[in-house]
Amino acid sequence: MTTEDSIVALVQDAIRTREPLLVQGNGTKAGMLRPVQAARTVSTSGLSGINLYAPKELIISAASGTPLPVIENALAEAGQHLIAEPPDLSDLLGASGKPQTLGGVTATNLSGPRRVAWGAMRDHVMGIRAVTGRAEVIRSGGRVLKNVTGLDLCKLFTGSHGTLGIITEITLKVLPAPEATGTLILPGLDAVVAVQALSAALGSPFGVSGAAWLPPEAVARVPGLAGINGSATLIRIEEFAPSVVYRIGRLKDQFAASNAITLDTPASLAVWKDIRDARPLAAAPEDAVWRVSTRPSSGPGVLEAVRSAGVAGFLDWGGGLAWLAGPADTATHAAVEAAARAAGGVWMLVRAPDTLRATVRVVPDEAAPLARITRGVKAAMDPAGILNPGRLYAGL
Amino acid sequence: MIRQPDPKPDVMARRDSIVAGLRALLPETGLIAEPLRLKPYETDGLSAYRQVPLAVALPETTEQVSAVLRFCHQNGVRVVPRGAGTSLSGGALPMEDAVVVGMMRMNQVLDINYPDRCAIVQAGVTNIGITNAVSADGFFYAPDPSSQLACMIGGNVNMNSGGAHCLKYGVTANNLLGLKIVTIDGEIIDIGGAHLDAAGYDWLGLLTGSEGMLAVVTEITVRILRSPEGARAMLAAFSSNEIAGGAVDAIISSGIIPVALEFMDRPAIHACEAFAHAGYPLDAEAMLIIEVEGSVEEQDRLLAQLSEICQKFDPISLKISQSPEESAAIWKGRKGAFGAVGRISPDYLCMDGTIPTSQLPLVLRRIQEMSDSYGLKVANIFHAGDGNLHPLIMFDANNEASFHAAEDFGADILKLCVEVGGCLTGEHGVGIEKRDLMPVQFHAHELQQQRALKSAFDPDWLLNPSKVFPLLEPEAVELPQAA
Repeated sequence: MTTEDSIVALVQDAIRTREPLLVQGNGTKAGMLRPVQAARTVSTSGLSGINLYAPKELIISAASGTPLPVIENALAEAGQHLIAEPPDLSDLLGASGKPQTLGGVTATNLSGPRRVAWGAMRDHVMGIRAVTGRAEVIRSGGRVLKNVTGLDLCKLFTGSHGTLGIITEITLKVLPAPEATGTLILPGLDAVVAVQALSAALGSPFGVSGAAWLPPEAVARVPGLAGINGSATLIRIEEFAPSVVYRIGRLKDQFAASNAITLDTPASLAVWKDIRDARPLAAAPEDAVWRVSTRPSSGPGVLEAVRSAGVAGFLDWGGGLAWLAGPADTATHAAVEAAARAAGGVWMLVRAPDTLRATVRVVPDEAAPLARITRGVKAAMDPAGILNPGRLYAGL
Repeated sequence: MIRQPDPKPDVMARRDSIVAGLRALLPETGLIAEPLRLKPYETDGLSAYRQVPLAVALPETTEQVSAVLRFCHQNGVRVVPRGAGTSLSGGALPMEDAVVVGMMRMNQVLDINYPDRCAIVQAGVTNIGITNAVSADGFFYAPDPSSQLACMIGGNVNMNSGGAHCLKYGVTANNLLGLKIVTIDGEIIDIGGAHLDAAGYDWLGLLTGSEGMLAVVTEITVRILRSPEGARAMLAAFSSNEIAGGAVDAIISSGIIPVALEFMDRPAIHACEAFAHAGYPLDAEAMLIIEVEGSVEEQDRLLAQLSEICQKFDPISLKISQSPEESAAIWKGRKGAFGAVGRISPDYLCMDGTIPTSQLPLVLRRIQEMSDSYGLKVANIFHAGDGNLHPLIMFDANNEASFHAAEDFGADILKLCVEVGGCLTGEHGVGIEKRDLMPVQFHAHELQQQRALKSAFDPDWLLNPSKVFPLLEPEAVELPQAA
């Protein structure tokens, strides 16, 4: 049986033998970033269960191997939800069978459409326990919503992809789930005009919590958008029911679009779940998949820049997140890199054959002075370099 | 006086040449070394502790910050970054052999971008200065610490400051997109940018709240938000802390997240009412200020629901603001709370623990017992939605025993916060004030791990080295190196 102690023992052993460990939960995201060459695997999937749930304090704490659906169901029973709306990319990543874990979405800092308004996973991790590469259990944060006691290792571990420590327990801030969800769809806009509309919506006083643009071929992949010809610009409101009606109405007036369409709660939930999980992305099984994060107004330029390389996708986060798919080769990857860099943004190679992801920069290189700090921090947390070596950067 | 590391004799001996060297790197008025002019920099918002620094540098550009830090690094000189000096935990308290790097001359808003909803500001822009720069266009910067008229965004980043509206809008860390930092060896590094998610490690998250120990922040890209259509407050008074705590639980359980949910106990109510004449109920034991946002109709609906919830707790009074003026009056007392307590007692310590909200009645009862046994009055103000408690301990600074008792009382409160599942500081930072309490919350190896992270940024421990971590004993003074 897996316990935190058994993970400590495994790490001690790995330090002694200098044998790298592949760190994972249920392994649904093993296809992300660079492949890890490791003799042994340490899985947190045996660390499962909710340790504390205090709905009135907006706090839930669970072992890192807890399947995410278990967390989501417990929250739903109390009328609450995960604020960052983490996606389930299992299908995209070709992972079948076991569900993703709480530790998995935390270690990869994956957030969904609501991120544009309410923050990322990293914004809601209030406490963490992890086994470091020194085989020590350390804690950061706690079980309260405001905490500035010491350096914030919660944020350092979140999104560190198992390279700094093996997360064993996570405490999250949660919020009441909205009573209703509504969506305003503006059909037929090109990407540039669409992002201007999304910026206007996000810059309105109406608390927009989702803002995406799908080109026609992406619209066709979303069952809830059947009947819409051409592109769809989607604006979401999550609120008490009367507020959803009021705010969608005000936004509709603002855009004065005679062909605007509105979706009710069930239709909205289905459509935004598909967007969350990148289902509008037309990715052939052999294609590579990227996420590019830029300032929102640069999103359309990224799509335009990669088009000639055979890469297509859609925009979330008001234009600030481009989901892209295209040929899995170095030239295409270089085109995505160039487009992201030209837009002042960053890329992440989400999926590709091992041969490609082992040879390219799956995330941007850091400037030399920062790369030095990165090596120092890695050495401080994992002096033997045994945790997910090479996952983010070659040689680290 | 709290212990500081011993001044480095070689630095003290080279004082004049260090001053001359720094003077050459800065504009004509950019270096202060005259004792009388150093005096204002001897303390910050935690005025009980004072130490005149070796010199104060006032750079005007990131390049000047870089030159100053590179010089200090080459000469082994300690550096204490400083914004407006409003830290309540002594985060900007100088050391005798340290150069204070004051950011107040870097006070420009460099860029405002509404389509991308962000602004680039220099570290010396005040918190309110950001909102003032965008409010005419209907936008605001969300975190609103009580010191927002004076405190600077660079300080907010370093302390991860909060405010009364965090429950909805989050703290500083949740409202940043990018930083320009200067490392101790003078390297200028851009972290993040105008985009939402970083690709590698979350340096933005680690630097936020790092209390000036990892780098000097010179520019910040902040998120700016569109203001809601309107906001309105209500006031609910109850006959006990327990009952008010029950009302807080019921509000959160209802699915309504007010934009602010503030709790004041009887002494705080009385102090604030005497100061602000806000119409606070003097017969109440506890009072909530609840604020909601939206259109007038949305406000009406939410306030009606909140009133219905509060009615179940047998309130002494309920008052829904009928106008912006009434809302302002309700807030005036709360926002002036520190000044109000200052009228009753010229000296007070403002504590800052966080507790699980369910523990509030117990914690307030224990604080009252401590107040009786120490013989010192205390008023409690509480960001009830997020569990952040601010006991104001009143003492007499002219009486050394009274000051020490206040310090002990404060430490006991913070230990209690940790004991019930909370933490030592919710938004003020550890600084020097809570440094020696860190072992209450962290194991030795956990602190050692955090020290090793500092070493990765600052191997010689020159940046604000006396803060946050308990000083190591002389025999153990060898600092952890990042291998």
